[in-house]
Amino acid sequence: MEDKKGWKEIPIGGVIEKSGNALNYKTGGWRTFRPVINSDKCIGCMLCYLYCPDSSILLKKDDKFKFKAYEVDLDHCKGCGICASVCPVKAIEMKRETEFKDDKSSGHN
Amino acid sequence: MNAKLKIRKVLSGAQAAAEAMRQIDPDVVAVYPITPQTPIAMQFAEFVNEKKVHTEMIRVESEHSAMSACVGSAAAGARTMTATSSNGLALMTEVVYIASSTRLPIVMNLADRALSGPINIHGDHSDAMLVRDASWIMLASENAQDVYENTIMAVRIAEHKDVLLPVMILQDGFITSHSAETMYLFEDETVKDFIGEYNPKYSLLRTEQPITIGPLDLFDYYFEHKRQQIEAMENAKRVIKEVFDQFSKLTGKTYNYFEGYKTDDAEFIIVTMNSSVGTAKFVADEFRKKGVKAGVVKIRVFRPFMDEEIVKLLKDAKVVAVLDRAASFGSNGGPIFHDVRSAFYESEKKPKMLNYIYGLGGRELSVEMLKKVYSDMVKVNEGIKVEQIQCLGVRD
Repeated sequence: MEDKKGWKEIPIGGVIEKSGNALNYKTGGWRTFRPVINSDKCIGCMLCYLYCPDSSILLKKDDKFKFKAYEVDLDHCKGCGICASVCPVKAIEMKRETEFKDDKSSGHN
Repeated sequence: MNAKLKIRKVLSGAQAAAEAMRQIDPDVVAVYPITPQTPIAMQFAEFVNEKKVHTEMIRVESEHSAMSACVGSAAAGARTMTATSSNGLALMTEVVYIASSTRLPIVMNLADRALSGPINIHGDHSDAMLVRDASWIMLASENAQDVYENTIMAVRIAEHKDVLLPVMILQDGFITSHSAETMYLFEDETVKDFIGEYNPKYSLLRTEQPITIGPLDLFDYYFEHKRQQIEAMENAKRVIKEVFDQFSKLTGKTYNYFEGYKTDDAEFIIVTMNSSVGTAKFVADEFRKKGVKAGVVKIRVFRPFMDEEIVKLLKDAKVVAVLDRAASFGSNGGPIFHDVRSAFYESEKKPKMLNYIYGLGGRELSVEMLKKVYSDMVKVNEGIKVEQIQCLGVRD
């Protein structure tokens, strides 16, 4: 906490004076379940990408399907499971975070 | 009367508030009717209908929505006003806190009315006391003239860059809000010049500078924002005096956080706020005629509460009686008593202090009752025991 700014240095009333700041607020630590994508199963329908409330589904270009879901932005994914729920080919599996407790890139900071 | 306060009118406290609002001509008023505030909203709605103001008046479906609309409008940078009473204030309390913590200089007239229940429509201060810790500046009004003047000053206080807190103007429901009395108004131009243009620090409509208002604020910064609010209230102490002094130049009257009436040599002083001040002054005069050195302290600024100022006025008295038109159930005495007594904790010299809970649910405060209060103070001074905290005018 000591590295944070003091009350004289911050704007009043909780105002954030710059836009686009949601990126700086890491919510990955809220997650209990982590979506794990099996890109081999993905058919590139992009439903997960469209439904994700945190824009946390990352796509990559694909020769056959144009785009494929390949990874999750773990800094912002809250583990709601909507992606897994809407996937028509069950290419996303929700796994307990405890299975990844040694993973330093988990977003749990 | 002073040259600037020259328009003589007969107005009720509610109409006086509406007249001040007309002359302030706010950008937005969002209000929901509730007795005894309704005549403020009604009178102002007529001004809107007659195009005497340029105000956008928002008719909402509840007080919660009224204050929410005010928060939105003030966040957009509009000069914003509203009014309420009692349960209306209770319903909007959630947003009353959001308005102050978002640092929006909204000005609200409160026609004080008892909170339910049992349901009651008459004047007491339980509504105001509900939000005394909400970080709103609270100005109290003895009469319609005070309502008018406090409302105009409130705009300047609220919008000051070192304050940026909302201001509430208190008047007693019915007793002040519905009683017509002779009073004096300024010319419209005088008010316009005094309040000036409002240049908001932030505006949601300033698209070239996109901002976020009201974000999630957890353990890492919430406390710092509260610390800023404490500082804003500290700054308000200075700013209120500055605004008072500037306003004095228009009216020729003097204004203070606490205004003493015959307190210079007084031995027995009643401390009270809103309409009871007038009755207390009358009774003090009666006792003066009998040779008792009686005085009255009128609270004009209830929040922030200026400890050192109240001590200055009361320290040489022998006995002080604090009047509370609200109970603080389960604590010793009423809310104003807590403040006044606490202010004296560090003082070497302190008067004896009594507390009277009076006038709940609009129960009349009679001259006889206040005669009893002064008589009690005289008794205490003579060493006769008087119950320190008591209800005044309740049947046994």
